[in-house]
Amino acid sequence: MTSETQYLLEARDLVKTFDAVRALDGLSAGFAEGEVTAIVGDNGAGKSTLVRCLTGVHPPTEGQLLFRGEPIRLSSPQAARDLGIETVYQDLGLIDDLAVWQNLFLNRELLRPIPLLGVLDRPRMIRESRDILSGLDVNVPSVRTTVRRMSGGQRQSIAIARAVTWGKSLVIMDEPTAALGVRETAAVEKLILSLRDRGVTVLIISHDLDQVMRVADTVVVLRRGRAVARRPVADVTGDRLVGLITGTIAEAA
Amino acid sequence: MTATAARPRSFDLARAADYAAPGALVVVWLAFFIATPHFLTLDNIGDLLVASSILAVLALGQQFAVVVAGIDLSVGANLPWAAALLGATATAGVPMGLAILIAIAGSVVVGVVNGFLVGYLKMTDFIVTLGSLSVVSGITLLLTEGNTVAVSSPFLQAIALDGIGPVRWFWLIALAAAVLVWATLFRTRAGTHLLAVGGGPDAALGTGIPVRRVRLAAYAASGLLCGVAGVMLVARNGGADPSLQTNYLLSSIAAVVLGGSSLFGGKASVAGSVTGAVLLTSLVNGFTIIGISQYFQTIAVGAVVLLAALLARFRK
Repeated sequence: MTSETQYLLEARDLVKTFDAVRALDGLSAGFAEGEVTAIVGDNGAGKSTLVRCLTGVHPPTEGQLLFRGEPIRLSSPQAARDLGIETVYQDLGLIDDLAVWQNLFLNRELLRPIPLLGVLDRPRMIRESRDILSGLDVNVPSVRTTVRRMSGGQRQSIAIARAVTWGKSLVIMDEPTAALGVRETAAVEKLILSLRDRGVTVLIISHDLDQVMRVADTVVVLRRGRAVARRPVADVTGDRLVGLITGTIAEAA
Repeated sequence: MTATAARPRSFDLARAADYAAPGALVVVWLAFFIATPHFLTLDNIGDLLVASSILAVLALGQQFAVVVAGIDLSVGANLPWAAALLGATATAGVPMGLAILIAIAGSVVVGVVNGFLVGYLKMTDFIVTLGSLSVVSGITLLLTEGNTVAVSSPFLQAIALDGIGPVRWFWLIALAAAVLVWATLFRTRAGTHLLAVGGGPDAALGTGIPVRRVRLAAYAASGLLCGVAGVMLVARNGGADPSLQTNYLLSSIAAVVLGGSSLFGGKASVAGSVTGAVLLTSLVNGFTIIGISQYFQTIAVGAVVLLAALLARFRK
């Protein structure tokens, strides 16, 4: 791909240093609109640091981020959220003792038209929560139950549903199935595929190369803080990916 | 990291912990009813509920600190501080309505300072409120020179002694406070954010909730209700006693814990806290009627608190 291609979100020559450690070392990568892009790489390759740069948690030391071709500065997670970039971290960011509907609408509560008091419009939020989850084929016993009572797969699905609902431009998922069993992983993957069918732009970090082959359109390989390859998933095999990750296949991006 | 939440180890014990306060209340009332004919009388229960009202309002304030996984130890000094402010301003000839407002505002200031230190400077809640307990107590003693100030106000007297028919004003004040706190916690955006900050500060921050401001608000609310309780205390005693109220401090925390709120934050039970306040007051009231030494009363209150903490351990 040439650099003229307009990506939804693009990183150019990102450098992020923590004291003496160069976690990102001139990383350039683009994420195309409407695609599921997977980021793979060995431990310490810079995956998590890249995500934190893209979500405003860690501003990069050097380099540039472009959103729809425009240079942007993400100084805080709120700045990323304002652009419609939502992230599902591994800890999911759910409040266990709040109900499913409260988690879906957390800090985006719908209020009754009473000035100043901030009175919740509970019936509407409960109704819309049901619509959100059923629209994504996510099954929970009831949106009024607390998240604590949900299985790991259900919690992951709720966190993803929340990100998709508010992430109008990009949804980033950090190892979404790392802690899940086989059946729950399948359900979450089905959810990710349905997001692709709806044209949601997804960036997924995964260690599971088979999963990458199943759900992603494009794969970006990181090694030692750089993006060493960007390939359509249809053009690579699992073995070749392993080679790119470990560095036994050297290749320019 | 494990994604699946730890299920309650024992469902029955978890249930028991949720109903600890109402269950214990029934047991305590029955025990005193059997022990003496003077306990379960309309007069005594009426007085008991009046005495409970002050603790209930105080516990409702404590509830705010506890719901954000904090604790407000400063109420032991904030309560006499509000009382002393009321006494000093009333003595100086300030109209009673204004004096009450000044007293409550003084307690809110203490709460705001606590909240600022805990929320914005990220100091440990326990240390902050322990420190302000001492500081505020000293300021109160300086203001009053350690003397109890008599406050003779027909208005305060009426609040303490009268009511609408058999319904005493104190009950109504506590009831109104309880309804307001419940509505705030469970029916407003602010309440959702309080529960979220207590239940998962990182997750709350992740959704953009202003965690620091929410913490400050929680301690300010604790101060506000402490001020109201201080005014009630002056009305009931007919004067402002500047000495440290450690009994009220311990009982306010105990009432919240007994009520089933989690000291780890994120879970609140308004009815539970009020029930806890009535339960603790019943113990003191019953012991007094039977004639058991007041030293046993503190032991009993402490034992009840430890028992509640034990039950809460099983809830985790």
